[in-house]
Amino acid sequence: MFDALSDRLERIAGHLRSRGRLSDADLDEALREIRVALLEADVEVGVARSFVQGVRERCAGEVLSRSLTPGQQVVKAVHEELVAVLGGETLKLTYASPPPTVVLLAGLQGSGKTTTAAKLARWWKQQGRNPLLVGADLQRPAAVEQLRVLGRQVGVTVFSEPTDPVSVARAGLEEARRLGRDICIVDTAGRLTIDQELMDEVRRVSDVVQPHYTLLVIDAMTGQDAVATARAFHDTLELGGIILTKLDGDARGGAALSVKGVVGRPIVFASTGEKLGDFDLFHPDRMADRILGMGDVLSLIEQAERAMDKESVARSAGRLMEGRFTLDDFLEQLQQVKKLGSLGGVMKLLPGMTKELRQAADQIDDRELARVEAIMRSMTPEERADPSVIDGSRRVRIARGSGTSTQDVNQLLKQHREMQKLVRSMANGNGMPGMPGLGGLSGGKGLGGLGGLLGSRKQLAALRALGGEPGDGGEGLAGLLAGSGGLPPLDAVAAGGRPPGQSGARGQRGAKGKNKKKKGGRVTPPKDR
Amino acid sequence: MPGETVPGAPAAGEAPVGRPAGEAPLAEALVEVADRAEVEDRAEVAAPAPTFRERLGRTRGVFAGLRSLRGKGVDPATWDELEESLLRADVGVATTDALLDDLRRRVRQKEISSGDQLVEALEGDLVDLLSFDRRWGVAAGAGSSSGREPASGEGFEAAGPISRDLRFDDEEGVVNVWLFVGVNGVGKTTTVGKVARQQVAMGRSALLAAGDTFRAAAGEQLAMWAERVGAGVVRGAEGGDPSAVVFDAVQRAAARGNSLVLADTAGRLHTKVNLVEELKKIRRVAGRPPGRVTEVLLVLDATTGQNGLVQARQFTEAVAVTGVVLTKLDGTAKGGIVVAIQRELGLPVKLVGLGEGPEDLVPFDPADFVGALLG
Repeated sequence: MFDALSDRLERIAGHLRSRGRLSDADLDEALREIRVALLEADVEVGVARSFVQGVRERCAGEVLSRSLTPGQQVVKAVHEELVAVLGGETLKLTYASPPPTVVLLAGLQGSGKTTTAAKLARWWKQQGRNPLLVGADLQRPAAVEQLRVLGRQVGVTVFSEPTDPVSVARAGLEEARRLGRDICIVDTAGRLTIDQELMDEVRRVSDVVQPHYTLLVIDAMTGQDAVATARAFHDTLELGGIILTKLDGDARGGAALSVKGVVGRPIVFASTGEKLGDFDLFHPDRMADRILGMGDVLSLIEQAERAMDKESVARSAGRLMEGRFTLDDFLEQLQQVKKLGSLGGVMKLLPGMTKELRQAADQIDDRELARVEAIMRSMTPEERADPSVIDGSRRVRIARGSGTSTQDVNQLLKQHREMQKLVRSMANGNGMPGMPGLGGLSGGKGLGGLGGLLGSRKQLAALRALGGEPGDGGEGLAGLLAGSGGLPPLDAVAAGGRPPGQSGARGQRGAKGKNKKKKGGRVTPPKDR
Repeated sequence: MPGETVPGAPAAGEAPVGRPAGEAPLAEALVEVADRAEVEDRAEVAAPAPTFRERLGRTRGVFAGLRSLRGKGVDPATWDELEESLLRADVGVATTDALLDDLRRRVRQKEISSGDQLVEALEGDLVDLLSFDRRWGVAAGAGSSSGREPASGEGFEAAGPISRDLRFDDEEGVVNVWLFVGVNGVGKTTTVGKVARQQVAMGRSALLAAGDTFRAAAGEQLAMWAERVGAGVVRGAEGGDPSAVVFDAVQRAAARGNSLVLADTAGRLHTKVNLVEELKKIRRVAGRPPGRVTEVLLVLDATTGQNGLVQARQFTEAVAVTGVVLTKLDGTAKGGIVVAIQRELGLPVKLVGLGEGPEDLVPFDPADFVGALLG
């Protein structure tokens, strides 16, 4: 999302780079471009207007800043304005005493309320909460059935009954109390804001359950109407925040800016994929960075921290330090990476992703990973520990066992050899050589250059700055980037973003300390799906 | 009924595409034909369908719209207002620029001199744009995103009126397949249900294919529609191969003498390559005789912004979309993106969804649409 905006800003900045100072004409030109970019990103007309005005004022106030080039000045002003409009900081969720904390979901038809309800339930479960889902969408055929199926998938009880939405909500809240649940998520039917009858109904539901958080679910692909919709729901229900869905498409999500700008309520959560785990808190500051093409490394690190098995991470980190990297390690890491969600999604969080690379990331087929896994699982433990024993006939056997070809097996072995070389050189304290990237894994879909690109010095420097880790070499993150295919050092990230030059145990402590700071020490290892 | 599992035959020889299996827990495989040969009372069907204008009248008029321009001359503020009303309707920057550039030219040439004429000219241009099969203001052959060429100013030439009929080949032994595609949450399943109702009411024997095997309970939702309208439905296993479901539906339709299969598909973002591949496969499989794909309808939510154009382009490239169904136009959203879609891709809107009721699906009317668009 927001691709066009960051592309355009890059162009503007490039155009202005050669200038000594920002003339009025340059600024006008730049602001016009920004306006078009915003409108094409579906930012509401009025919000776009005041956004541009805000940037203009910031630029005007920047006269003293001689250290910035005009281009940087504009980009900085846009960044600041984005952060300001998007909401400054993340909403701090608090919990009701006595429980349950009641959450009411509302929105238009098809915005993704039911799926979001299940994702929310899963998210809270991961936070160690104990939610109940209440299906009060009695309008759409089979909506409750859908919620029940999703509820089973995330392991959360679903309450509903075929009466009317208000009664269901009331009874659902009772049920949550009876079962001692601390969160009660009420899914409601989609409704149009002009349907007075249904708006009255949702208000009655709200009156009955007295929600602590009323969250409006909005599709990231929504156009100018997002504002009218948000306003109408806000007038009826007094919204607490917004959940943005379908952010994984190529919609630029200007609705995020519009809604925040007009209703003044923060975007609390964002949904970035079809999998129930593709859901997280929305971080406006990070989003602003992402818009500007700086990637979302913090999200990635948190995601890694949550998903990875600390012990296995520490174990293989230790081995890496010794310069060992067997196929067993590879296999284990593959498991870890799979927990992060789709590879394409992970890649999009990385900084320095150009438009082309982001598109390429969309094309990564996660089943390639399954194929690689199948090959490794078709080997004997002995073969995995020491791949050099794999001769011609073993190759044929492995290929047959995994339903692949001997070429595939050879390719994997070759990749492994190169990774091992890399790991050795890293253990010996050398920097990052070029790394075979995703090219092989992704079936040659044009990602060959990824490894090299992501491993570039510039990115590393940027990353170190972002991560704020005192690490000396930065190989931890570097490895993450370079090895997106094989991922030896992803573990290092999970182990606190420290370079593998430090002990695994220390790395792990680092990770824990970090979690404590960020999340109050509560990190629940997710269920493997 | 394991013996009745959807045959894997159509899938044979084709690599599995789409979402990884096992993503959703599998309900047991079943093919269900909830046929209701005796369709009960048709009395309710007889109620006159709401006209476009009647339904839209309910919501419009909220905007003072361009009425304020009437009775005035043409000055810079006029252009700003025109631009804003088009942008607010989601028409998009490129199409808005093209429309306004042409109007500016006509003002310069003294063809237009008052606000009234300007509004009328704009309405006329929009209606023409939506009524004739000719890309307007776009260089010939340019379907690309760079559709920002200024209007050539040559107006409309040899242009044929757009046919909004849904194609149905009334041939012995042919099963027409109408495929419904689109991103998540636009109302595909509901649209299939409504179209089924209309087709059944017209006397065609339709069979529904629950090709959305991904979303939990999508099959149930379609089955409820099937029961409501008195059509059969073919379902597959949740998480199963949608192509197999559609293939099976065509086979069954042929065996039972149904001439039309309405195939629902799972919502998918046009950016997910594997899911788009899956859709291509569905289309291929559906077109195997006796099946013949005669319509591929892109279902588009009226609230969709500029991304709608991207969706239309990608789906058209993948499965040769034949028309757009614009849903949820009964809300406050104006659906102006279809103007850009018509202009850049030549893809007409065929049906409009104006509500949740089974009868709330009506033919598209450019004049009514434009009237509502400009408020």
